[in-house]
Amino acid sequence: MDIRLNSISHSYGDTEVLRDISLDIPSGRIVCLVGPSGCGKSTLLRLIGGLERPTIGKILQLGDPPQGCLNPLTYIFQDFALLPWRSVRGNISLVLEDHGIRGASADAIIEDVLARTKLSDFRDALPRQLSGGMKQRVAVARALAVKPAVMLMDEPLSALDSQTRELLMDDLVALWTRQPFTAVYVTHNLAEAVRLGHRIVVLSRRPGQINEVVEIDKPLADRGYGDADLEKTQKHLWDLMRDEARAADEELIDV
Amino acid sequence: MSDPSDHKSPPTAPIEVRFRGGGFAPRPHRWMGPVVFVAVIALLECGTQAGWISALTFPKPSDVLGAFGELWESGLLFQHLMPSLGRLAVGGAIGASLGIAVGVLIGLFSYVRAGMVPVVAAIFPIPKIALLPLFVIWFGIDEASKYALIAFGTFTPTVVATYGAVDNVDRSLIRMGQSFGLSWMSIVRKIVLPGAMPGILSGLRISLAIAIILLVAAEMLGASHGIGAYILQAGSLYDLERLFAGVVILSLLGVTLSAIIGQIERRLLRWRS
Ligand SMILES: Nc1ncnc2c1ncn2[C@@H]1O[C@H](COP(=O)(O)OP(=O)(O)OP(=O)(O)O)[C@@H](O)[C@H]1O
Ligand SMILES: [Mg+2]
Repeated sequence: MDIRLNSISHSYGDTEVLRDISLDIPSGRIVCLVGPSGCGKSTLLRLIGGLERPTIGKILQLGDPPQGCLNPLTYIFQDFALLPWRSVRGNISLVLEDHGIRGASADAIIEDVLARTKLSDFRDALPRQLSGGMKQRVAVARALAVKPAVMLMDEPLSALDSQTRELLMDDLVALWTRQPFTAVYVTHNLAEAVRLGHRIVVLSRRPGQINEVVEIDKPLADRGYGDADLEKTQKHLWDLMRDEARAADEELIDV
Repeated sequence: MSDPSDHKSPPTAPIEVRFRGGGFAPRPHRWMGPVVFVAVIALLECGTQAGWISALTFPKPSDVLGAFGELWESGLLFQHLMPSLGRLAVGGAIGASLGIAVGVLIGLFSYVRAGMVPVVAAIFPIPKIALLPLFVIWFGIDEASKYALIAFGTFTPTVVATYGAVDNVDRSLIRMGQSFGLSWMSIVRKIVLPGAMPGILSGLRISLAIAIILLVAAEMLGASHGIGAYILQAGSLYDLERLFAGVVILSLLGVTLSAIIGQIERRLLRWRS
């Protein structure tokens, strides 16, 4: 299933946040959105997932979601959004219960996603007992449980320290390599963008417009920490963003 | 500050860094409560025995205990306690459950909020005891008017605590529920209600204390049996021992209810650290 954005614009009251965004999200690829703070990345992600309606333009699903998909557009949040009163497995079964999946079939799904995210030993732990990196892995497991067609990730790693972030990036790459998934990945961290993105969309400062789209052909599994050609792409992205970021930063002070 | 010429001056002896991080961390001291109680009672007993607290100011704690023993032996204790507990249970249950229901509705629907919040604000400060004659006309002189008074008194604080608790539920968790396509009912049952539970329970503590106060008031105004009636009888005879025995029963009732809520909190809110 692909997603197509047809000249999306969005405003909150008088503030125009996004202007004329057209973008294709092909299935099986990770599209990264980068841009200065406040340019509307999170807003765009909420529009794609149907949590808000765009002021102008349409967001289209092309094709049918794959078989067995329970929730085609599934988010992974920056703050994990785990229910603190439910255990790890309770948090995953939460999203299955509403689809009438209980008992043995739910257990099978839960065991599978816990194994894929290396959490099997922690199925009965409460969120407060887990480290930040583990919480985010639970959130990834929960998203995998509903077999999403597209994963929408809003800065999923930015609440974590940099070592945990590296580890989790490796985990995401391993997950994708085993079974490619489609994702829109919002980040302000260019190193994450070049490690995980097949296509990197650079937005301008508010109102956010597409500044440039950078494609990276190198397979995810071959990209490593501190790769030379990735560094070059990263530098190119930074050159694109630097002035925008500075201007955006100063704009915020004016407000 | 650290002038290089400093190291020539005679070195002072090393001092250990002063610890200044203590306090501001409440720790449980289970024995402290009983100790305070025992000390106060012992002081009163000494004073009344020795005579520097006159018998008219305060009854001897041992006499209060005697009055309590009398109550127990004559079986009057249960004749007074049972009707009171019944009224508290029925009235409190009606008031608290209606209060939680209305509070959740206010928290969830902005029309209900716009309509009900001013109403609740208007009836909250009314001393409910003043309405007892009205309730007697509406519900009769029997139990029903007492239930109504207690229910009405617990209702308003429960509503206020509940909608505050619902407002405080983490919006990002609700967003998460919506993004996974959970039904409205599931979001309310599995996210909003558990998230609001800490606030609802701490509101119940206050509501139930108010329920005890209103129970006594209702029983003083018209009941032959009940702790309130017993206290009123003793008071009109200036029988301070029996009056205090009644007051002690009320305190014990309050402590017991608060302990029950503490147990429920420990059970339901185990997920908090
Ligand atoms: N619900 C809202 N109502 C009004 N304005 C909003 C709302 N949500 C976002 N905005 C505004 O829209 C702009 C874009 O916000 P958004 O959160 O999408 O930016 P972002 O690119 O995700 O920024 P960041 O990098 O800081 O996460 C900001 O100026 C913000 O103040
Ligand atoms: Mg954002």
